[in-house]
Amino acid sequence: MTTHRNSAPAHTRSLPVRQLVLTLLGWSIALIIFFPILWMVLTGFKTETAAIADPSFLFSPTLESYQEVQARSGYARFALNSIAVAFGSTFLALLIAIPSAYAMAFLPTKRTKGTLLWMLSTKMLPPVGVLVPIYLIFRDVGLLDTRTGLIIIYTLMNLPIVVWMLYTFFKDMPKDILEAGRMDGASTLQEVFFLLLPLTLPGIASTGLLSVILSWNEAFWSLNLTSSKAAPLTAYIASFSSPEGLFWAKLSAASTMAIAPILILGWMTQKQMVRGLTFGAVK
Amino acid sequence: MATLQLKNITKQFGDTKVIKGIDLDVNDREFVVFVGPSGCGKSTLMRMIAGLESASDGDILIDGKRMNEVGPADRGLAMVFQSYALYPHMTVEGNMGFSMRLAGVPKEERRAKVLEAAKILQLEPLLDRKPKALSGGQRQRVAIGRAIVRNPSIFLFDEPLSNLDAALRVQMRIELARLHEELDATMIYVTHDQIEAMTMADKIVVLHDGVVEQVGSPMALYHHPRNRFVAGFIGSPKMNFFTVEQQSIGDDGVTVRLPGGRPCTIPVAGEQLASDEALELGIRPEHLQLDENGPLSGQIKVLERLGGQTSLYVQMGELLITIMADGDVAYRVNDTVQFSFAAERAHLFDAQGLALESLSQHPLASLTRQDNRAATEPAAPGAQV
Repeated sequence: MTTHRNSAPAHTRSLPVRQLVLTLLGWSIALIIFFPILWMVLTGFKTETAAIADPSFLFSPTLESYQEVQARSGYARFALNSIAVAFGSTFLALLIAIPSAYAMAFLPTKRTKGTLLWMLSTKMLPPVGVLVPIYLIFRDVGLLDTRTGLIIIYTLMNLPIVVWMLYTFFKDMPKDILEAGRMDGASTLQEVFFLLLPLTLPGIASTGLLSVILSWNEAFWSLNLTSSKAAPLTAYIASFSSPEGLFWAKLSAASTMAIAPILILGWMTQKQMVRGLTFGAVK
Repeated sequence: MATLQLKNITKQFGDTKVIKGIDLDVNDREFVVFVGPSGCGKSTLMRMIAGLESASDGDILIDGKRMNEVGPADRGLAMVFQSYALYPHMTVEGNMGFSMRLAGVPKEERRAKVLEAAKILQLEPLLDRKPKALSGGQRQRVAIGRAIVRNPSIFLFDEPLSNLDAALRVQMRIELARLHEELDATMIYVTHDQIEAMTMADKIVVLHDGVVEQVGSPMALYHHPRNRFVAGFIGSPKMNFFTVEQQSIGDDGVTVRLPGGRPCTIPVAGEQLASDEALELGIRPEHLQLDENGPLSGQIKVLERLGGQTSLYVQMGELLITIMADGDVAYRVNDTVQFSFAAERAHLFDAQGLALESLSQHPLASLTRQDNRAATEPAAPGAQV
């Protein structure tokens, strides 16, 4: 979202009409995408009554909802779970994906492309289709409501995308450099640590970041597989919707607090992100 | 001591055979150049020697030991890549010392060795720079330096000069030749540029379509090409080819009828020729002379004045013939010229494209670069010249 906002060039003065139209269009789309977030943040600063009254930008801001939300439940505990699960699963996914992507990029067979497509195709299955078996397995092995359980699920969930992205970054790496390393006596592991990883670091970083964001925002599995101990921020938000009814202001305040860390992280690293995501395309 | 032997080496990718059984001996301290058009398999052959590609069949022997299953780093070779393949995130020193770092050589020793190599290549002031901050020629030298510090028994160069501009290429060519003298190591060099091959090689291996067409010293290949392919590939500008009619075969050579009708006896052995076999005459542009009484004639179509020399492109019926003439010739486009050639400079090819053997060896055909050096340096006492 944050990247969209900056996609329109700031210097429109000397540009022709076509550019101007495109710029306006870009800004409009960016604002439409951003609007719900803006509204959520604003609503968080309203009182409950103001929140359900006529929608208006004019209101006297209050921290009432934040105080109530904070008083009612421990934000920190959920936030810690989110951090542990998002970063844990990303680390694990990279650990598995780096060797896989290495093999696919540098030692391809005629089935490599098919394998990659198959991995991606698993993302097309609606998660709810496998909810029951996974729930039962988790129950039997005691992974329900554990961070470990969520980390495993998120790792599996993100693995196809992580492998796919790393594969494209590795493919862009000149093969000669790795061969030169081999001539210099590097083992495969040394090749990866001394040459491949340092040279594809921007790509690995943006892949990792994407994986963190996806895990952070994931709600389906966290709501279904956790209840209290391992519940991350997405479950925290959900806890404000039922069963007492909807409290818009509190819900908004909680949501704002939940997305704030990842929003800030995304904002700080957006250059890296964009560069990573377009790395192969505009080299 | 480092020798290399290839015994019936083949390489197959799927159903396509790119190397079709190559035998080759590379002697100690020899500068061997693999040359051929793109796609002839020369780079693949070098990569097999390096161990980056496995041989489908045959043996690779270094110093008599079979190396097919030995990893690239353990063959005692170093390779300079066409793209230089420097490690972009390391300094020049880091690049050159990487192999030693992997081998766990202590830092001090590493530095000493890198400095030694940097001195040979005049890289000392650049040791702290990253490859990005170097010019093409400097990168090239770092790549060579990285090979030198490994102290290899054989150096492999894969088209190392093709990314440099023309002036730098000439300079690096001289530097490489100098380096070969200085390091006194066996070197194998791949190029598609026959000038690089001619100027640097002790021995040229001409490859075409996965087979060796000819192996020999540059002068041997120039004066006695084994077949039409080698004749056309070695030498610049390219050799001219004329279809000629066979007239008679005698002790002094094969007499043919030139285009235009005049007979000419080429001093080559023709005993095994069939009497009606179609022949092709090959004459290098530099061996054609403008001559008012010459047996051949044509109309000048293009004239390239290079200063010292002039290239004339002459239309002779269907053929466009190249003549290297003196820089001062007064001809103009569309003039008709007569020209001749010395019969012993001409080559005759049979219907299979094989050259008929010359009745006399060219005096320089057995000359090597070593002989060149011996002739220009004052002979040491007792040295054989």
